Amino acid sequence: MADLTTEFLGIKSPNPFWLASAPPTDKEYNVRRAFEAGWGGVVWKTLGAEGPPVVNVNGPRYGAIWGADRRLLGLNNIELITDRPLQTNLEEITRVKKDYPDRAVIVSIMVPCEEQAWKDILPQVEATGADGIELNFGCPHGMAERGMGSAVGQVPEYIQMVTEWCKKYYSKPVIVKLTPNITDIRNPARAANAGNADAVSLINTINSITSVDLDNMAPEPTIGGKGTHGGYCGPAVKPIALNMVAEIARDPQTRGLPISAIGGVTTWRDAAEFMALGAGNVQVCTAAMTYGFNVVKEMISGLSTWMDEKGYASTQDFIGMAVPNVTDWQYLDLNYVTKAKISQDDCIKCGRCYAACEDTSHQAIAMSEDRVFTVKDDECVACNLCVNVCPVEGCITMEEVPAGQIDERTGEVVSGEYANWTTHPNNPSATAAE
Amino acid sequence: MATSHQASGIQAARLDAAGIAENFSDLHPAYDAHEAAVAADRCYFCYDAPCMTACPTTIDIPQFIREIQAGHPESAARTILEQNILGGMCARVCPTETLCEEACVRETAEGKPVEIGRLQRYATDTLMEKGVHPFTRAAATGKKIAVVGAGPAGLAAAHRLAMLGHDVVVYDAKSKAGGLNEFGIAAYKTTNDFAAREVDWLLQIGGITMDYGKKLGAELSLDGLTSAYDAVFLSIGLAGVNALRAPGEDKDGVRDAVEFIAELRQAEDLTALPVGRNVVVIGGGMTAVDAAVQSKLLGAENVTIAYRRSREEMGASRFEQDLAASKGVKLMFNVMPKAVLGNGSAAEIELEYTEVADGKVSGTGETVRLAADQVFKAIGQTLEGQPDALALEGRKIKVDASGRTSVAGVWAGGDCASGGEDLTVTAVAEGRDAAMDIHSSLMG
Repeated sequence: MADLTTEFLGIKSPNPFWLASAPPTDKEYNVRRAFEAGWGGVVWKTLGAEGPPVVNVNGPRYGAIWGADRRLLGLNNIELITDRPLQTNLEEITRVKKDYPDRAVIVSIMVPCEEQAWKDILPQVEATGADGIELNFGCPHGMAERGMGSAVGQVPEYIQMVTEWCKKYYSKPVIVKLTPNITDIRNPARAANAGNADAVSLINTINSITSVDLDNMAPEPTIGGKGTHGGYCGPAVKPIALNMVAEIARDPQTRGLPISAIGGVTTWRDAAEFMALGAGNVQVCTAAMTYGFNVVKEMISGLSTWMDEKGYASTQDFIGMAVPNVTDWQYLDLNYVTKAKISQDDCIKCGRCYAACEDTSHQAIAMSEDRVFTVKDDECVACNLCVNVCPVEGCITMEEVPAGQIDERTGEVVSGEYANWTTHPNNPSATAAE
Repeated sequence: MATSHQASGIQAARLDAAGIAENFSDLHPAYDAHEAAVAADRCYFCYDAPCMTACPTTIDIPQFIREIQAGHPESAARTILEQNILGGMCARVCPTETLCEEACVRETAEGKPVEIGRLQRYATDTLMEKGVHPFTRAAATGKKIAVVGAGPAGLAAAHRLAMLGHDVVVYDAKSKAGGLNEFGIAAYKTTNDFAAREVDWLLQIGGITMDYGKKLGAELSLDGLTSAYDAVFLSIGLAGVNALRAPGEDKDGVRDAVEFIAELRQAEDLTALPVGRNVVVIGGGMTAVDAAVQSKLLGAENVTIAYRRSREEMGASRFEQDLAASKGVKLMFNVMPKAVLGNGSAAEIELEYTEVADGKVSGTGETVRLAADQVFKAIGQTLEGQPDALALEGRKIKVDASGRTSVAGVWAGGDCASGGEDLTVTAVAEGRDAAMDIHSSLMG
């Protein structure tokens, strides 16, 4: 069995699966259950400043979208930070950390953008014995209207400023949680880095309306006939999160900055993908909220099995391995040629590849009278759409045309030489680039 | 106190009312909304879908399932009914395992097709429960058309003709419409008087007059119809029954399976319907299975289907065979009736084992006797009472692809006409298509 022990910012946890700051980590009862189920760590649900706690709506606070068989693909929420008194949370954090010294306990914090507010709360958090803090600069709903959450995360200067305060008044690791509701994720990451953040975590939720109640003509979740935008998460946001993690991992200005990845992690594979793109660990919320805490068991066994198969002794062995392979479009090899191939043994003759290719792509699949589907190599541009729409995994594959062979579509011999857009004759800037 | 299974002879009340109710409940209970949603989600929305090709009425199955997925079962029902006005009955009685569901790509992929029949029932039931009839008549054409026989073919033709603006009179020899839907299908496939309710719903289109107790060759003549109407559609079914041609056929307790099924379907109280202790059904088609299974469900102790050829050649599908077996019916293959024995009433049947050479069945000489106080003949129905003027093909009324007979102005469809399998769904297709041809020939 591969060793899943992870050290992130010097914080040890038995596995890289942490629960993200969210409803599952709002109180001692849940967190104890999470640790009993096997979670490696938690980021405690965001604490606010001393005083009367925030209030939540009393109508529905979640909305969702589903795939086939009502499998939940995306979840949105309009819940705010913890609505329990600060002292209660601090006491519970202290107790839990004491009872689970081997697990990571990080405390998420969101207080107003004033130095005093941070100076007040940080010593109290430090006193709990928790392993670090995470700055909630991400929540896109509710708190942002009060100048907190994503309202801070969208202004790099504020990120840097608050991060610096935290480094000043808190001795343990400071993780800055980033909002995806911006145009270029690298700017807030650079700001956190400039403020000496120990790590960034991302993504927080994405601004969203999940659906509209067509009877009441109001967005869901609907509260007394009205709705508001909420934060979107779950499997549907994973591709967005993967890209943002990769952008930070390969940015020369932030390269090496530790990343805790968040965004739709549901199985071990999702976690492995984020970690391959440079994340030191992952945080999970929607999968737990959909299926309960026991989902971590598959994550643990799955990651361990995969690492054994690949011969990775520790997570450090594969973290960041895919980062060098993330590049810009202009550097992709234009002489790499593939063709789709349909396995007739696996084909169930649904014809979806044909419909997709014939109606929306390159008319590169032939259909015979008896429903045999074959790829026309002289038309196939290798777009991969047929692979993506086929209901049988592995039935349609992309096969590389080896060097020396003719690409029947272009009539040209595949050279096997790497050549990209920067040197392509059709590129007006090609000569200038040389 | 109910009569026991072991009571000899043909007896009523072998089961009490509760037992009967349980036995004759819906074979495939209707989906609720959740079940329908789960089942609909399995459809892949195939291109040029094989299920649709396999459907004799060419229902756009991917389209109607998508409409269920998207929350509009009534629209799904309309999609179904546009092609097959008896889509509700067909959802219950179609041998989907040899039609749409056999062709489903998930049958290929997983051996578990999308349950198209049950989804079709969900859609059509939803619409019909709301009492909605989604079609309206075109402007009146002034044409009058006679339909003879109110079975699936006749009803489908009548509805389509009425929808196109023609006035239709439907004659039937019986006192009730529906044909085999009403008189000839196992009760557990069409519970709660569905056949009659479907006819009532279908007639909501308007423009159709039902005229019962009128039989071709008795109250009606082809000449009389052709002179009184602009077109005639014959859907008279197969009224005759093949004989056993074995000694003892005339003994008490030997009867036609179709007659037994009709009596059962019309019975007010099934506990009052008598059935034998030892029932033997001769035949291998759906009628044989329906008679055998229902005998068992009425409380017969031993029920045997005796078929003269092999299992593979049996007309009833494997699903039907397995259904019979699961209800405790014994299936015997390669045996044929040699004699019915008994003193006045049947007591035993002697079967002779057969072999099939070059498609021809012959006895091997080896015989076996089974106790049999009731013997049902289910060895095929035959055309009976057809007008002499009509040319035949084989033993059925000869028709072309549009349902035209050899006599101008006369169309035919359903079991009485040549071509097609004798299924409800093919009868509907033939009635509908003949109606379209009648329409174009009258209006062209």
